[in-house]
Amino acid sequence: MAPRFEGVDFYDVGSLLSEEERAVRDTVRQWVDDRLLPVINQHYLEGRFPLQLVPQMAELGLFGANLPEEYGCAGLNNVAYGLIMQELERGDSGVRSFASVQGALVMYPIHAFGSEEQRKTWLPKMASGEVIGCFGLTEPDFGSNPGGMITTAREAAGGWVLNGAKMWITNGSTAKVAIIWAKTGALDDASSIRGFIVPTDTPGFSAKDQKGKLSLRASDTSELVLEDVKLGKDALLPGSKGLKSPLSCLTQARYGIAWGAVGAAMGCYDEALRYAKQRVMFGKPIAGFQLQQQRLVEMLSEITKAQLLVLQLGRLKDQGKASPQQVSLAKRNNVDMACDIAREARRLLGANGILAEYSAMRHLANLESVYTYEGTHDMHTLILGEEITGIGAFE
Amino acid sequence: MKIAVCIKRVPDTETRIRIAGDGASIDETGVKFIINPYDEFAVEEALQRRDKAGGGEVVVIALGPDAGQETIRSVLAMGADRGVLLKAERIPADALAVAKALAAELKDGGYDLVLFGKMAADDYHHGVGPMVAELLDLPCVTAISKLELEGGKGVAEREIEGGVEVVEFALPAVLTAEKGLNTPRYPALKGIMAAKKKPIEIKPAALGEARAIVTSLSLPPDRKAGRIVGEGPDAVPELVRLLRTEAKVL
Ligand SMILES: Cc1cc2nc3c(=O)[nH]c(=O)nc-3n(C[C@H](O)[C@H](O)[C@H](O)COP(=O)(O)OP(=O)(O)OC[C@H]3O[C@@H](n4cnc5c(N)ncnc54)[C@H](O)[C@@H]3O)c2cc1C
Repeated sequence: MAPRFEGVDFYDVGSLLSEEERAVRDTVRQWVDDRLLPVINQHYLEGRFPLQLVPQMAELGLFGANLPEEYGCAGLNNVAYGLIMQELERGDSGVRSFASVQGALVMYPIHAFGSEEQRKTWLPKMASGEVIGCFGLTEPDFGSNPGGMITTAREAAGGWVLNGAKMWITNGSTAKVAIIWAKTGALDDASSIRGFIVPTDTPGFSAKDQKGKLSLRASDTSELVLEDVKLGKDALLPGSKGLKSPLSCLTQARYGIAWGAVGAAMGCYDEALRYAKQRVMFGKPIAGFQLQQQRLVEMLSEITKAQLLVLQLGRLKDQGKASPQQVSLAKRNNVDMACDIAREARRLLGANGILAEYSAMRHLANLESVYTYEGTHDMHTLILGEEITGIGAFE
Repeated sequence: MKIAVCIKRVPDTETRIRIAGDGASIDETGVKFIINPYDEFAVEEALQRRDKAGGGEVVVIALGPDAGQETIRSVLAMGADRGVLLKAERIPADALAVAKALAAELKDGGYDLVLFGKMAADDYHHGVGPMVAELLDLPCVTAISKLELEGGKGVAEREIEGGVEVVEFALPAVLTAEKGLNTPRYPALKGIMAAKKKPIEIKPAALGEARAIVTSLSLPPDRKAGRIVGEGPDAVPELVRLLRTEAKVL
């Protein structure tokens, strides 16, 4: 069995956390060691999400953990929430993705844009894991530019009729409920985008697993088709208005991803360091060669910076002062550094680095999805470019 | 059902230990502390018993420095109702001194059960639980791996060399927990938040004079490097010879 993970904390960042925040981190950390890591390889190789872990995750309170207790959630602050994402992604990005989608992309919009009745109907069941959700924004022809979407919602007698297709939808085939974003007005009118709560057993709704993924294999990614899906009036999220509504969900999820990337990087660094100390070549541990030391030092430096970055972002978010652009910077920086670290860790491990028995290559492959989803690295560059120059390079 | 669980804060069993400058204690810098792993079984058992009885109270008691509060809170997060920290600058190595301070706290508490881990992972004493039982004049069953309670009686199982011993006892009683008594729960995140609001009473430990002290600590010697005696089947005779004559294991 792998030794217990003790964290990567060169700057005593732990001392900047409250006792409760540390307790949350340690609880999830231990759960990942005990329950997730022993099964993740098999699931990854078979291309299956470890659905059997959902009740345990729910019991711990991992879903929508920063939403209020009155809806059955844990009511944590954003730093504690971030630490959950960090620890989950140290296990696997697919499992962290599951929690991100459930909490930040489905529970969050129901909480932020839903009616009190919708909140009461869905949030407790989602916190308890009884209902799994998915978030349908991306379409086959509209990825980085979701405002161009062609899925429509038309008012009809007593409700709405939805038509369209969504692609790359995490949890799509597993979900009991989907948040679907669709245009209620003209196709060139992004301000008519609204969110709908769609039970996945509604006639006309179908989901199909996206085959052939070489990344995020322990995660369900599906295509959704909506063909004359008839919904009641109460399916509409009344508070959702225009593209900024789904984008604000993405800001929530990206915030968690910025933390998650730190976890994946920590897992890779920890593994690489252990391996380097124990693998003997040319008569001494490879950790004793300058090239490998440099690799490890670069990893540690990047992790330390990233760690401080997300912590301050979390503190700002708890004060209600984090801007979407600040979240973009953290997602962009941290996922990129995690990709680099995973690749370097894999290389340090030599041939063993390509095996599922070690985590580096799994993280490396996973992080390629994380690099692309929730706004590609490039899109965050453009968002930040616009922010600092005042000149938009897109749209 | 009113249950007391006595817990100890110990260095994580996976930390690398360094000896402090005085040569008789460990250097605590950078050491992660955890609840004594055996105590976790005692905590879980207490919580299950309380819930099965449909009510009551689980009180968690620790003796030691202020940092023990964090350990107490981790148990409150698992579901215990309140905590007591018997404050002492350090945890004495004299098990009887610790037992006396705990017994003084427990004496008038009206507990139906007092639970301990069977030993502390840092000092291997196995002593405090039975000593407390003795001081309180209560029946004591150590290292239990199974427990049934009914009415004012209990039946516990102990795994002993080559078999299982079944012990019946009257309540109140003192029990110490063996690994495997149950599966300790993870504190739910809501529990962690709720623990903030649960009371921890802090008072000085009634420690008498320490009559046993640790005079020195040392680490086990480094293992000697291995030796390769040859390769393939040809090496077997030499290996067998060395296992006989040098290692003396054959
Ligand atoms: C595993 C996985 C899970 C996902 N889960 C979900 C989900 O649950 N829900 C959901 O709605 N979506 C989900 N997505 C979709 C994801 O958000 C999109 O893939 C992402 O937004 C990018 O869109 P695209 O793939 O269409 O790439 P494109 O937008 O086609 O981009 C292709 C390339 O062009 C670049 N590019 C695009 N526009 C510009 C520009 N203006 N200037 C410079 N370069 C540009 C991009 O950076 C990229 O390198 C998921 C994706 C993956 C891989």
